[in-house]
Amino acid sequence: MRGRATSLRRRLTWTLIGGAAVLAVLFYLVVRTYAQQIAQQGQDRILEASLTSLMDAAVVREGQVEVDVPYAAFAMLDTAADDRVFYAIHQGAELLTGYDGLVDGPFVAMARPAFDTVGFAGIDVRLAQLTRVLPASPAPVMLTVSVAQTRDSLAGTLWAISVNAALFGGAFFVLAAGMALWTSRSTMRPLSQMAEAVARRGPRDLRPVVRAVPTELSPLVTSLNSLMTRLSASLTQSETFIAEAAHRVRTPLATVRTHAEATLMRVDRDENRAALRSMIRAIDESSRAAGQLLDHAMVTFRGDQMERSAVDLVGICRELVDRLTPVAEMKDLELVLRADGPVVVQADPILIQNAVRNLIDNALKYSPPEGAVRIEVQADPVAVIVCDEGAGFPEAQIAELSQRFQRGANAGDTVGSGLGLTIAQDVAEAHGGRLELVNVDRGGACATLYL
Amino acid sequence: MRNFIFVIAWLWASALSAAELEDRQIFQGEGALTLRVLSSTDTDIFAPILEGFMARNPTVSVDYAVAASADIVTLIAECPDCFDVVISSAMDLQLKLANDGLARRLPGLVRTGGTQWRQSVFGFTQEPATIVVNRAAFAGRDMPTTRQALIEILRAEPDHFRGRLGTYDVRLSGLGYLYATQDARTSETFWRLMEVFGNLNAQLYCCSGDMIDDLASGELYVAYNVLGSYTQTRPETLDKLAIITPEDFATTMMRTALVLDTTDVGETAEALVRYLTSGAWAMQERPGFPLPSIDPADAQALDVVSLDPGLLVYLDRLKRALFLEAWGSALLR
Amino acid sequence: MKYLLIEDNAELAGALCTRMRLDGHVIDHARTLSEGSDFLSVGEYDLILLDIMLPDGDGRAFLERHRAQEGDTPVIVLTARSEVSDRVSMLDLGADDYLTKPFDHAELQARCRAVLRRRTGSAQTVIRRGDAALDPVASVLTIGEAEVTLRNRELRLLELFMNAPGQIFSKDKLVDRLFSYDGTVTENAIEVYVGRLRKHLEPSSLTISTHRGLGYRLDEG
Repeated sequence: MRGRATSLRRRLTWTLIGGAAVLAVLFYLVVRTYAQQIAQQGQDRILEASLTSLMDAAVVREGQVEVDVPYAAFAMLDTAADDRVFYAIHQGAELLTGYDGLVDGPFVAMARPAFDTVGFAGIDVRLAQLTRVLPASPAPVMLTVSVAQTRDSLAGTLWAISVNAALFGGAFFVLAAGMALWTSRSTMRPLSQMAEAVARRGPRDLRPVVRAVPTELSPLVTSLNSLMTRLSASLTQSETFIAEAAHRVRTPLATVRTHAEATLMRVDRDENRAALRSMIRAIDESSRAAGQLLDHAMVTFRGDQMERSAVDLVGICRELVDRLTPVAEMKDLELVLRADGPVVVQADPILIQNAVRNLIDNALKYSPPEGAVRIEVQADPVAVIVCDEGAGFPEAQIAELSQRFQRGANAGDTVGSGLGLTIAQDVAEAHGGRLELVNVDRGGACATLYL
Repeated sequence: MRNFIFVIAWLWASALSAAELEDRQIFQGEGALTLRVLSSTDTDIFAPILEGFMARNPTVSVDYAVAASADIVTLIAECPDCFDVVISSAMDLQLKLANDGLARRLPGLVRTGGTQWRQSVFGFTQEPATIVVNRAAFAGRDMPTTRQALIEILRAEPDHFRGRLGTYDVRLSGLGYLYATQDARTSETFWRLMEVFGNLNAQLYCCSGDMIDDLASGELYVAYNVLGSYTQTRPETLDKLAIITPEDFATTMMRTALVLDTTDVGETAEALVRYLTSGAWAMQERPGFPLPSIDPADAQALDVVSLDPGLLVYLDRLKRALFLEAWGSALLR
Repeated sequence: MKYLLIEDNAELAGALCTRMRLDGHVIDHARTLSEGSDFLSVGEYDLILLDIMLPDGDGRAFLERHRAQEGDTPVIVLTARSEVSDRVSMLDLGADDYLTKPFDHAELQARCRAVLRRRTGSAQTVIRRGDAALDPVASVLTIGEAEVTLRNRELRLLELFMNAPGQIFSKDKLVDRLFSYDGTVTENAIEVYVGRLRKHLEPSSLTISTHRGLGYRLDEG
């Protein structure tokens, strides 16, 4: 697969968290804007009230405006932040009282107060202004009343609301982020569970996935299952092929070998005999190799689809000893089976039989004539131990010996394909166990198959 | 800032021929740093407080100048750089200074809401306006406990009291103006009392001190809206005078301090204000010390003028003109 | 011993028969199952060697029939299949043993002996030379009343000598006879085995003589 790998869960998490962050910021901005409007409206209403009370207090006497400023006009402008108050009263364009420069003419009559935020004396103030034409004789008088207030309290309120909104937004975000994590985890759980279930299988376990999955995943599972079916079919096919190939090769090999043996007995010239001997050796080698390859293919195939049943290890070993005794006798080797009673485990009998046979085969091969190969079945922990009196495993290579096609450096001219230990190890691992190889101090080596 | 001019300063400057310092005294400290204080409180009354402050800040010298509270505004307007701290009993003028942006905000000073404004103006005493009477003049007569009672006493014996009444000339005294306007705001009784005072040819004073002097000498029988605490500075007069806090309502002002924004010695100035508001000077329990510090319990009982923008109302030119007109028509007939 | 070989591959059958006869055995060869049945109905055999894949049927069917007719001649199946896949069915159907092609002749002999030993305990054909008798199945050498159990390699050597008395076997030849998949037997080992045989044969009239540069020979009397 090319391109950068992406994590669905991470993407989902970040999308949700990002959404939550956007919402939190949006919430904050909306609350803040709204609060600002409300707070500004509040200040404007008070300014308007102050303005109105000033306007109401104005009377025209002989063409001259008099304003008896009500105490409340300014007292009502008291705020928590002690905002500064400015005002100006103009008759026409002339300043009657208050702060010069707060507002400039020319003024035009207006029905409702005008509000604006302006700079005055180097600071921002909220200004309310109302111009009215008062009926009077000889001529109507135009009166402009302006009241302004600093915005400290407003800013304080806004700050408090902003802080609260930020806290709420933050809390919302934290909560949403937590939920995003939870959601993405729980959404991804079936996927990761399925991945885990598939991963837990052996690399060649090709059974279809049958666990219930969310509908969104079922196409994936269907494709996966179909892929596995095809793989499995191809694997079975190749096993059948190997078996068939082995079969086709074996009979001619047997013919050649038998001929060679018979001929060996009849020819006298040394070079002919040597040639025949190496021919026989080559035949043995290739037939063993074919057999073990097939065994190995079978072991790996079965290892993934183990048919566990109650198996008596001692029974299996006894059968093997019976079967291999004639072979042992050819080298005057004694096959000794030591077991106290039946050791029954849940295992695949064919695999176990195969593994132990390979171990005994190995032991027979590497034992000097007239010795003994000891097989011991142990109940706790469950293990089959096969010991020979041969040269032992080369210490430096012990770890690698069970690798495919590895033969010991001291294998010499012993016929072998090097798959025997690999097969035993694969079987052990398929049963959740391991293969342990040790050299015995007084000579020989033991291979222990732990199950 | 276009044609921003200080309207009130112009107003006061025009009302008075010239604003001038009444007293100036340097309290020499050990260091070179000098704190310039402009105050409406007489030097002899304020000296113990300054000494207390300097004891804590030995390196500071204090240049203490005294002016009438109304003149203070003019002096500041003429030379804002000449002073660091302003102390005045005229709360409205102090508030106005802060409102016009001349006071520095001291965020570090924590005070309850009613005793400060904008972290700029800080109240540190509370002093009720009292009626002070000459005991001898009231021999065999009831002492007035309310304004109404005083009116009745005066009406009952107009000839006895004619020419023997005193009160502030609100045109000259900022504190007098504050008391008068607050009284007028609170009750109509004030105007009836002023009419009676006008009818009986009341004398007008610039200062509480002068009224007390005249009361002690027998020149005056009754003085209205006097700072009772000033009698403490004249212990010899105490037995001759009776100080009456009116029971109907006792207009109480706070002496306030502020630091001018233009000051170069902000920290020291703030230290002084902090010292004043701490009330540490009052802890000394000095017998006869005239200035009562703020007592939260008292503040509930007394009609303490609160520091809020309402104080600006009577400083308005039109409002002041109307008030002075009403005051004049009541008193100056 | 008398064997019946049922094997359709003429080449292999020919080679096997040659090899068997070299060892002094009698062997009949049947190409089909029916031919095999014919041989069985007219002759007695010590052992049947049965191939599994035959032109006229599966060797397993023959096994079943053979056992059903209470034929008690032991059967060793020769199979080209994987050991695992046919093992169970072969033994279940009554085969005494099986051998996977290609096989070591020595192993075939060893298995035959083992099967016969299991079945009858001793061979019907005992090789007699002088006062010594060799039962190759029980691996017992009898001299007068005394019995000696021989090791496998001793037995194989002695069997060789007793089947061809008076013939000189070079060390080289003997090595070949003991040759099997499990490794080469050295000429020194041959000397050791010959030494042991001489010891076993001491009480008898048989001796093994050494012929320098030529080899060993079994002599009577």
